[in-house]
Parts: sequence; C-alpha cells; structure tokens
Amino acid sequence: MDQPLILLATIIMLLPLLGAITAGLFGHRIGRNATHCITVSLVAMAFVLSMYLVKVMLLDAHPAIEGTLYTWATAGSVQFDVALLLDRLSTVMLFVVLFISLAVHIYTIGYMADDPGYQRFFSYVSLFTFAMLVLVLANNFLLLFFGWEGVGLVSYLLIGFWFNKESANQGSLKAFLVNRVGDIGFLLAIAAVLMFFGTLNYHAVFTQVPQVVSRSLALFPNYDVPVIALICFLLFIGAMGKSAQVPLHVWLPESMEGPTPISALIHAATMVTAGIYMVARMSPLFEYAPAVLSMILVIGGTTAFFLGLVALVQFDIKRVIAYSTISQLGYMAVALGASAYDAAIFHLMTHAFFKALLFLSAGSVIIAMHHEQDMRKMGGLAVHLPVTYLTFVIGGLALSAIPPFSGFFSKDAIIDAVHLSTLPGAHYAYYCVLFGAFITPLYTFRALFLTFHTRSRVEAKLRGHIHESPWVILIPLVALAIPSVFMGQMLIGPMLFAQPSLLGDSVFVLPEHNVLAQMARSYVGASKMALDAGMHLTFWFAMAGIVMAWMFIAAHPQWTEVLKRRFHWVYALLVRKFGFDDFNHTVFVKGTVELGDVCYEVSDVKLIDGVCVNGSGQAIGWLARTVRYVQTGYLYHYALSMVIGVLVFLLWFIWG
Amino acid sequence: MAWQFPLLSLLIWLPIVGAVCVLLTGSDKHAGTARGIAILVAIANLLLCIPLYLGFDVTSYAMQFQEEHLWIRAYQTHYALGVDGISVLMVILTNFTGLLVVLASSQTIKLRVAQYMAAFLTMQGMIVGVFCAMDAVLFYVFWEGMLIPMYLSIGMWGSANRSYASIKFFLFTFFGSILMLIALLYLYNQTGTFRIQEYYGLPLSLHVQKYLFFAFLLAFAVKVPMWPLHTWLPDAHTEAPAGGSVILAALMLKLGVYGFLRFSMPITPLACMRLADFMIGMSLIAIVYVGLIAIVQKDMKKLIAYSSVAHMGFSTLGCFMVYDIIRRMGSFQDAYMSLEGAVIQMIAHAFGSGAMFLGIGLMADRLANHSRLIKSYGGVAHSMPVFAAFFMLFALSNVGLPGTAGFVGEFMVIMSAFQTHFWVATMAALTLVLGASYTLWMYKRVFLGPVTNAAVATFKDINVIERINYILLAAGVFFVGLYPLPIINVLRVTIGHLLLQSIPTGLAMNVPMGWAA
Repeated sequence: MDQPLILLATIIMLLPLLGAITAGLFGHRIGRNATHCITVSLVAMAFVLSMYLVKVMLLDAHPAIEGTLYTWATAGSVQFDVALLLDRLSTVMLFVVLFISLAVHIYTIGYMADDPGYQRFFSYVSLFTFAMLVLVLANNFLLLFFGWEGVGLVSYLLIGFWFNKESANQGSLKAFLVNRVGDIGFLLAIAAVLMFFGTLNYHAVFTQVPQVVSRSLALFPNYDVPVIALICFLLFIGAMGKSAQVPLHVWLPESMEGPTPISALIHAATMVTAGIYMVARMSPLFEYAPAVLSMILVIGGTTAFFLGLVALVQFDIKRVIAYSTISQLGYMAVALGASAYDAAIFHLMTHAFFKALLFLSAGSVIIAMHHEQDMRKMGGLAVHLPVTYLTFVIGGLALSAIPPFSGFFSKDAIIDAVHLSTLPGAHYAYYCVLFGAFITPLYTFRALFLTFHTRSRVEAKLRGHIHESPWVILIPLVALAIPSVFMGQMLIGPMLFAQPSLLGDSVFVLPEHNVLAQMARSYVGASKMALDAGMHLTFWFAMAGIVMAWMFIAAHPQWTEVLKRRFHWVYALLVRKFGFDDFNHTVFVKGTVELGDVCYEVSDVKLIDGVCVNGSGQAIGWLARTVRYVQTGYLYHYALSMVIGVLVFLLWFIWG
Repeated sequence: MAWQFPLLSLLIWLPIVGAVCVLLTGSDKHAGTARGIAILVAIANLLLCIPLYLGFDVTSYAMQFQEEHLWIRAYQTHYALGVDGISVLMVILTNFTGLLVVLASSQTIKLRVAQYMAAFLTMQGMIVGVFCAMDAVLFYVFWEGMLIPMYLSIGMWGSANRSYASIKFFLFTFFGSILMLIALLYLYNQTGTFRIQEYYGLPLSLHVQKYLFFAFLLAFAVKVPMWPLHTWLPDAHTEAPAGGSVILAALMLKLGVYGFLRFSMPITPLACMRLADFMIGMSLIAIVYVGLIAIVQKDMKKLIAYSSVAHMGFSTLGCFMVYDIIRRMGSFQDAYMSLEGAVIQMIAHAFGSGAMFLGIGLMADRLANHSRLIKSYGGVAHSMPVFAAFFMLFALSNVGLPGTAGFVGEFMVIMSAFQTHFWVATMAALTLVLGASYTLWMYKRVFLGPVTNAAVATFKDINVIERINYILLAAGVFFVGLYPLPIINVLRVTIGHLLLQSIPTGLAMNVPMGWAA
C-alpha cells in the first residue's frame, strides 16, 4: 500500500466504520448528542476527503490505481486479497454515496429525534456507508461480494429496525431471503470466474477475456453454454436481486417498513443501484454476452413499465416512491442492456439525488403527519409545509424528466440509446421506456396532488399540529434539491459525449454496440437539448402525464372512480401487484415449508427413525424374546435338540 | 530421540487429572471450589496451546511434538502422540471450546457440579487425545473413551427424554466404531504395527480398500453425522445440557471429518476415488434435505442440530471433491481450496453453532419450564438487547455472511464445487437461501416482535461471565472471517502432503481435460 491515494481511499472507507463501532458499542455511554456528532463528523470528513479524490481522479485524470491492504486467504495457486481499485467509476460512486450518506446522517438527527434506538440507528447507517464504500472500492469479486452482502445485511437490520412491528420483521426477512436468491447466482458467477480465469482480480480477469471467450461449459450432457454468457447470466441474477428487477423485485416495496432516512439512502440512492454498478463494472464481460444483454433489455423494460403501473394504485406515499424506484432501476437496466453503461451510471447519479430528495421530503411530510403515510388522509399540505412542498416538486419534476431538471437529461439519453440499439429485445424495451415516460409523471404527480393539493382530508385531531420540519431536516432537502436541478445539465456532456467521457476506460463498449457514440454525433449541448425538448415525443408524454394526473386527481377526482369501475380487472391486477406476492407465498414459502415437513415427518421421523432405528431396536428385542422360549430349563428339551443337531450334521455329512 | 517437553501429554492429561481433583471436592457443598478448579484447569490448558502454536513449524508436513513409549509389547502398541497442521488446529479449538463450556456451565449447572465439571474436563482431555494419537489402539481408546462422559452428561444432566437420547447416542456411535476396530485389526494383521502412518500407501487391492472404506465410513459418518445416520444428533442435542450440546457440535462432529482425513483418504485412496461421487451425493443430501428439515423445526436446539448436519455436509463435500477437481482441472493446485474449505468449515461451525447452543441454553435457563420451543419465546431482544446483538452475530455466521467465520468454508467449498460440476455447486449454493431461512426465521420468532410470553419480559440480560464467553466467541468469528490466512498457513503444507497421499498415483496425469474445454 505504497500509493498515498489508496491510503486516502482506505481512510475514507474506514471513517464510517469507526463511527459505526463507536455508536454501536459506546452509544449509550456517550449519549445521543455525542453519537450524532461523532458519526456525522466522521462521514463529513470522509466526504471532504473524497472531494480531493474527485479532483485527482476526475479533473486531473489520474490513471486508475490498485493497492492491496492485506491477503485474506490463499488456496493453492490462488490468492484472495483485500485490495482496492481507485478509478473514475469508483470515484464517481464514492462521491455519490458519501454525499447522500452525509445528507441522510444529518436528516436523521431530526427524523429519529424521539426514537429510543437513536444510537443504534446511527451505528447502522454508518455501517451501511462503510459496506457500500467497500462495494464500490473493491478491486476483486471477493471484496465486492463482501460489500454486497454487507449492504444486504445492514438493509436487513434497518428494514427491521422497529422490531416490535410484525410487518417490519416480515419485510426484513423477505428482503434478505430474496436477495440471497440473487446471491446464489452471484456466488456461482464468482466460482465460474475463478475456475476459468484463475483469479478474481477485475483487471486480470478482463485482460484474459479474449482467451476465455471461445470456451464453453457443459451444463447437461451435450449441452454446452459459452462461459462468458454463463458468467454474465449468473452475475445479472445477482444484480436482479439487489437492484429489484422482475421477478426479484418483491422485497423492495416491503423494505419501506424501515425508517424513511434509510429508504432514501439504501432503498433508493445507493444499495439498490449496486446491481447496476456491478454490471457497469463488469462491462468488459457483458459486452461479449449479447444474449445476456438482450435478456437485460427485456427484464429492464418490463420492470420499468409494468412496475411503474403498480405505483398508480398505491396510497402509501412511500410505496409510490418505492415502485417508482423499481421502475427507474428498470430504466438503468435497459441502459445497461443497450451497452450505454455511461448513461446507466448517469441516471444512477441523477436518480440518487432526486429520489433521495423525494424520499426525504416524503419523510418530512410523514413527520409532520405524526407518522401517517396514507395519502388518503393527507391533502392540502402545501400551505403548511412550504419548503417540503417545494423540494418535493423539484424531485417530482426531475423524476418526471421535465427539462431542465436533472432527470430529463439522463432519462432522455436512455430512451435515445435503447432506440439505437440493434440487439434483440431492444424494440420491446424501447416501447416500455417510452410509455414509462408517461407513467412516471402520472404517478409522481398523483402523489403530489394527493398530498399537497386537493381538499384536506387530515384527521381532526392532527389538524392544528401540522408544521414545517426543523432545519436539520430542511438543510439536507435543500442540499439535495440543488443537484437535482442542475446536475443533469452540467454532467450530460462530460458523462456521455466527451472524449474521453467522465468514466473513461472504467467501462468498456464494443464498437458495434456503441450507441452513445452515434448519439454524440447529433449532440448539440445541454441547454439546446433542453430547449429542443418540445421536438421529442417523450417530452409530450411527460407533460401529458402531469396533465392527466391533475385532471384525474385534482380537477375531477370522480373520473378516477369511473375509470376504476370501467377497467376493474386492470385495477384488480395492479392492486394485486400482478400476483407476484401471492405466487411467491403459495409456491415458495408454503411449498418450502411443506417440503420440509414432508422430509421431516415422513422421511426422518417415520422412515429413518421409526422403521430403521427404532425398528432394529424392536427387532432385536423380538428376537431376544423369541429365543428366550427355547431356554426352557428342561433337560429333555436340550437332549432332544442335541439329538436333532447331531442327526442334521450326520445327514449333511453323508449327502454333502 | 532427545528428551523433549511432553506438551501433548500435558494437554491430554492435565484436564483428566484436573477432573479427578474436581471430583475430590465431592458434594455440592464445595461447588464453588469445584468450579474454581475446573476454570483454572481449562485456562491452563488453553495457555498451553500458546507454546503449541508458536512451536509448530508450518513449513513441515511431519508429525510434530512427537512422543513415543512402548505400551503393550506383545502387540507392538505404542503410546505415540504427534500433531500435524490439521490436528494442531483441532487441539487448539478443543481447548478453546473446553474453556467456554466450563465457564458457561459454572453459571448454569447447580446440581452435582463437581461431577459435571469432571465429566467435561475428562471429555476435553480425551478429545485432545484423539487428535494427537498416532497409534491406532491409542486412537481407538480415546475415541471410545470420550463416549462415556458424554453418555453420562446426557443421561445425568439432560432433560425429559434423556435416557432414550443417551442410549441412542451411545448405540449409534458405538456400532460404527466396532467396524472401525475390525478395520484397524485387519490393517494390523497386514502390517504388524498399529502405527497409523505405516498404513498410508499400503498396496491394498481396490476390493479390500472398499471393505475398509465402508468400515471407516460407518464409524465416521455416524459422527459427522452424514445422512441417513444423522437422527441421533437432534435427539442427543435436545436432551443434552447446554455444555454437552456445545461439545457435541463444536468438537465431536469434527472427529468424523478428522477421521476421513486421517484414515479413509490416505489409507484407502482408490476406494475414496471410486466412491467420491457417492460421498458427494450424500453430502449434498445433507446440505439440501437436512436444510429443508431445519426450516420446519419447532425446537430451537433441534433446529441448530439439523443446521449442524447441513454445515458438516460442506466439510464432507470438501473432502471428497478433490478427486473430481483434480480429474477435471488437471492439477493439484485447485484441490487445495476444497480441503482448506473443509477444515475451516469445521472450525467456523464450532464457533457459530457452539455459541448458538450456549445462547439457547441460557435462554432456557431463564424460563421456568426450561422450554426450548420457539413459540415459548418472542421479543427476547426487548429484555436482552446485548444478548440479542451477540446472537445475531452468531446467527449471521451460521448464515455464512462474509466477514464472519461461517463464510470462509462455505465460500471455498462452493468455489471448488463449481470445478467438479455446475450442478454440484448450485445444489451446495442453495444453502445461501436455506441457511438464511432457518436461521433468521428462528431469530425473528425468538428475538423480534412484541413480547408474547410474560416471563420473557423479566429476562435479565447476560452477566459478566456470559459476556466474556460471547466476546471470546465473537473474536473467534471475526478472526476466522476477516483474516483466515494464519489458519491457512498452518494448514497449507499438511494439506499438500495429505493430497499427495490421498491421490492414487497417475490420477492427475492420465485424465484428459475434456470437460472444461
């Protein structure tokens, strides 16, 4: 670890861990104020230090560097290192994670002020930050998996933070298990990489791709699959779990049982985008697996459109945003499938800011409403919560891709990119994301109107008590609102169309897949793009969404009822969330328990123990009882048996 | 041989002599003295492991700290001790666990304290003896001898159904060992010695090797335990006192895998190779089928017992995959990870499941009817937050989360399994979901949610001794999880040598690499 930059990255990574340990072990001794002072200042310190890395890596274009902290294990010729990679992609992620984490840390001071688990919460959030930094800084698959599972664990702990609530415990368990299903894929992918590349180091793996690209593996006799495709397929299963792609998205809505700050940090801005980050990081592999890219296009498109629809019928304000997160993750996946990795990371960044903003604004509303989350019991809150309202509007406009807000640039780039992609499935994905552009503002502004406009439906006992949140909550909102407005405009050029782009050689695209290069030819600059938005279909789709939301929610709420009755089967389908939960519950949860019961009751208890074990015990007992009858004690019985015995031997001797 | 300090003898006999001293304190009037002596002996024994570890030369595959004295001249039986990389780790683990058990029991056992402590100290000495013995008769004596204190501990301090469980335990393990004895006698007839190392590399025909293999298999498979010989374990665990469960899970199960490594693989390499697929199948059944069974258990101890069977499946899988790996990959290098994983899984499982058994024990002690049923609890985290946090850590190790001990072995075995076959790895990887399901579902029902049983609300959080215990275990879990390299360094040369002995000559060479084209 001779390079000072790696040392700096290590320090940045360990600062939140230090905070987590302090808050976790000594939180009760040092008290609430000391706890939040320590954790917040440590994360702030990490953030400030990361700014220096941003300068060096992104502005001064320092080449990527690696450094080993220690050797974790060895096995034969393989060596597993705990080692970091600092390049453009990891620096970008570092910045995003620490920015949002800092905002959330500060916000938490206000949001969790009355909670008895205050110190525990800070400990978890700092621990999460550490794990996320490990994930983005790793230079090998093993450390990536460490971070990957680490964020999964903290997510589990935080969803179940209020462990007195049955729904929270249910949601956390579900989140962990569904993620683990994805992790099976991820772990097998790692095993495949190890087998065929002999190393887990990214760089060493990527440079060997040309040698491995022609190899295949027999999954069944006479059925070979290309190794790279298999690895990418398995990796994407992992990404589907973490980044909530259909059908492994089922855990994310229920993760909303956790406190709102972590919904913003973990379940919107950072952890759920880990899958997207991972695929972008592995782009040198995915580029050689066009079949898997097609699969990503189809799954991403499906997620983007159909899960967006579900958000239309939700009444819990956090669940609306949760489904919107799933849908936006679908957009990012589509970008990955179209080989527009830069665009995926771009949307990941803008989304991180405006979605965290939306969640934290929603949290501000929830605090004001004394933990009421049902939008049917809100309405007309704009006058009471002016700052929150403003930030929610900014977040909503950014999410709806209205120019010049940041979401416009990133989402538009994705829609254009997938339009240019020639892979099978790209057409389907294109229509999905295109119509998604109409659905997104529809559910966003439905939530906005239901919450802030319309006639107040607030319960009488709460009416007089609604007031704007304290400054510790508002400052993070403002801090997130600013990038949500300007970031897209500032970064679209450098991220997507500059040569080299902001991510530079951190991602790899084959020339024949390079849709962004095609788009670059017609790129005219960010402000022109915003001004020309009216020439594009997507803009009018978005506007139509907002107008529809206004008409159906604010202007003529009775129309909604008509629509509901007219299309009641669609409505039922959406309310049931396409039946994923019912299916999983019936088939997987109950099925597993039934199977376990059968294995236990029938096979273990009856067959092995009942028949074999106790049976042989009884058989010996029976044998002993039977043999006992021979021992009569009469001399003539013994004499008779002796004579018979001698006779039998004699006959055997004669004939044998 | 120049005289050297008989460190191994001391490690074996100190606890046994200590046990006699403890017994001399007699009735429960002097329970305090008995506890004090037992704790001192256990600490002393653990301290003796420091020179053992420091003096162990990791660059040599030879047996170290050897001691040898003629025992029975007529049969050429020796009191011969020695340790290699695998057994040195096991000896340290045994003494670590021994201290934990004595500490934990000093809190919970109130009846016949001296006898209880004596039984456990004796067991500890005997288990160390098994790991150190280089003579087959000596090995057999320790192997069987340790059953007696275990049998007594279940029978005396166990719960309601203890007599069934203790007899089942005894008969199962004893039945298996008899066949091993016959195998050892056969080998004695062939070689005229009981030195185990003389049996390695004997030119036995495949036919003979198969008989020997099955004789050993029965003995070791019962101990591991492998499906379908596992049903004694849940019963023994549920009925045993907490300390007994810990010793069972943390140490006794390891003897089975240790047996495979010490006897089956080097003595009957041909048979092992031929029957490797069979063994892989049995291990996978243990992982998947037993994992499913663990999900539906209603008794916490049974649940962890079944989870132990599933976890030990990884160890046996790791042992018997090496043949396929060498055949498919064409080099020894790749087989290292498989065996390393198997051994580390043994150590990791000792920490994780040992800690959980202790935890269940101390919860049951706080409940008037000593119930171990999941439904008797709920919301324990409210009244015992520190304990709940510790238990979460050990549950996560059981789940195999990276950074904890449980991950290392599972990871290495799954990585290796992929090199035998994709579907073997997939089956093994199912444990990611199964392990998480049974462990965390239990955690949820026991620790989380509102308090349903009024008695749970009055639980006192863990005291200082229990805390020390858990801090020790947590340190172990993190050490193995975050920095397993020191352990691997101890193992590396031994495993390389073991592989050389266990691989039938020519396997690595005459196998084409057709599979991974």
